[in-house]
Amino acid sequence: MDALMNFGQGIFGGVWPAVWILIKIVLIVAPLMLGVAYLTLVERKVIGYMQVRIGPNRVGPWGLIQPIADGLKLLFKEIIIPGRSSKGIFIIAPMLAIAPALAAWAVVPFSDTLVLANIDASLLYIMAITSIGVYGIILSGWASNSKYAFLGAMRSAAQMVSYEIAMGFSLICVLMISNSLNLVEIVNVQKQGNFASMGLNFLSWNWLPLLPMFIVYLISGTAELNRAPFDVAEGESEIVAGFHIEYSGMAFALFFLAEYANMILVAALTSIMFLGGWLSPVGFLPDGIIWLLAKISFILLLFLWFRATFPRYRYDQLMRLGWKVFIPICLVWLVVVGVWMMSPFTLWK
Amino acid sequence: MDIQTFVFFFLSAILVFASLRVITARNPVHAALHLILAFFTCGGIWALLQAEFLAIAIILVYVGAVMVLFLFVVMMLDINMDRIREGFWSYLPLGAILGLLMVMEMGLVLGSKYFQVPAAEAMVPAGVSNTKSIGALMFTDFVYPFELASLVLLVGMIAAIVLTHRGSKKSKYTNPNQQVFVKAKDRIRVLQMPVEKD
Repeated sequence: MDALMNFGQGIFGGVWPAVWILIKIVLIVAPLMLGVAYLTLVERKVIGYMQVRIGPNRVGPWGLIQPIADGLKLLFKEIIIPGRSSKGIFIIAPMLAIAPALAAWAVVPFSDTLVLANIDASLLYIMAITSIGVYGIILSGWASNSKYAFLGAMRSAAQMVSYEIAMGFSLICVLMISNSLNLVEIVNVQKQGNFASMGLNFLSWNWLPLLPMFIVYLISGTAELNRAPFDVAEGESEIVAGFHIEYSGMAFALFFLAEYANMILVAALTSIMFLGGWLSPVGFLPDGIIWLLAKISFILLLFLWFRATFPRYRYDQLMRLGWKVFIPICLVWLVVVGVWMMSPFTLWK
Repeated sequence: MDIQTFVFFFLSAILVFASLRVITARNPVHAALHLILAFFTCGGIWALLQAEFLAIAIILVYVGAVMVLFLFVVMMLDINMDRIREGFWSYLPLGAILGLLMVMEMGLVLGSKYFQVPAAEAMVPAGVSNTKSIGALMFTDFVYPFELASLVLLVGMIAAIVLTHRGSKKSKYTNPNQQVFVKAKDRIRVLQMPVEKD
């Protein structure tokens, strides 16, 4: 490592720190994009098997080159800009969708030391950055100058704003017991506990004491991502394909990349905040990034499983779930956690 | 010029441009978008001042929630710009006085620090969490003003609901509880039919 640092210093001189950060960004974004590409394949395969089909199997062995082929096809397609659309915004909207999805990864820790920017308020940063993602959807719907796109954008904006509240409340519980907004700190707090000293680490992670919040977060996360069963924003049977109906080629692909990058992000955040991040589930195995990846894959599998299992929510049911079910649960559990922390039975010292 | 000064002037230039476009853009949606850009760059400038909590809070609250709803409304309204511009000259004197007052206030605040990057003066010692200090102050020294502000917000919220609520409408409403507890045998009747033979 030192040799690499010296080598870089020698070549780039004063700008080496900036170059080094760029290298780290590439090291995060490149595997992420690869993950996104193969997540689409996994999704089609998994849902295929759940529906007793085989899924893509023509391009490469077991369809392994399918995502590359899809990407190439989308790259070479023409981007059609509708005649009476608002052109500038129409082009900016997909960028606004993908930029927050990537920017949020700046503070996601992969292990104790493996984090691009270990800032104090990383949880707040993630909440702020992900809340910008909704603009990509609203603006694409408005700029397309199409009824279906606009309706999809309206639905999705209302949905994302509603579920952000439940999501925020469940995160408040996490930060209360962690006494920190820093994601590394949040994981480190989950190391200690009565069960952890017995070697059963997975029982002292946040998911058990915060079980209702864990469930609320997971479901709100699914809703926030506009994934099935909450995908009213692109309800094919009602509004064709929702906000991205007028998009084609790479502009369309950007929305897709943003959606899947956000999926991985929510999975990573769930693993970090509720499932102990890179901590190993049992005492006798070492901690490491491999556990984080395993947890992320598990949550992603859950998302795919939801999609293959549940029928789409009706719009009013979705709003009812967000406002009348989740927010009261969150408020009650917030008080429960507060009282618990002050009581002699507290788990968090 | 060090990098911090450069970033400050860069963000300020964007902020001033975006703010100007908010009041000059003909399309209300474009104006709202420039307002969002202004808020975002404002967050950037606050981050430069090492006020990380405020910087993130303005993005979380204003950009992430308030402006979304604002944009929502602006997009759906059919705004006739000519009618809005009609009263321009009659409102100008009042607007000009207010504007001048605000410029004077801002001038007093900035005062001698004109064109200096304030980050140099507001250095925070390392290891002090901005968020923690604000939280501690908010719930100790300033707890009454803080609670009062939240009460004012609550009143505002209720007032908005009262103003827009036009009495309960007769709408077709399904009770979710009944929906959940529906059994198949409530809805379907299986008939036994003898086989018809000729």
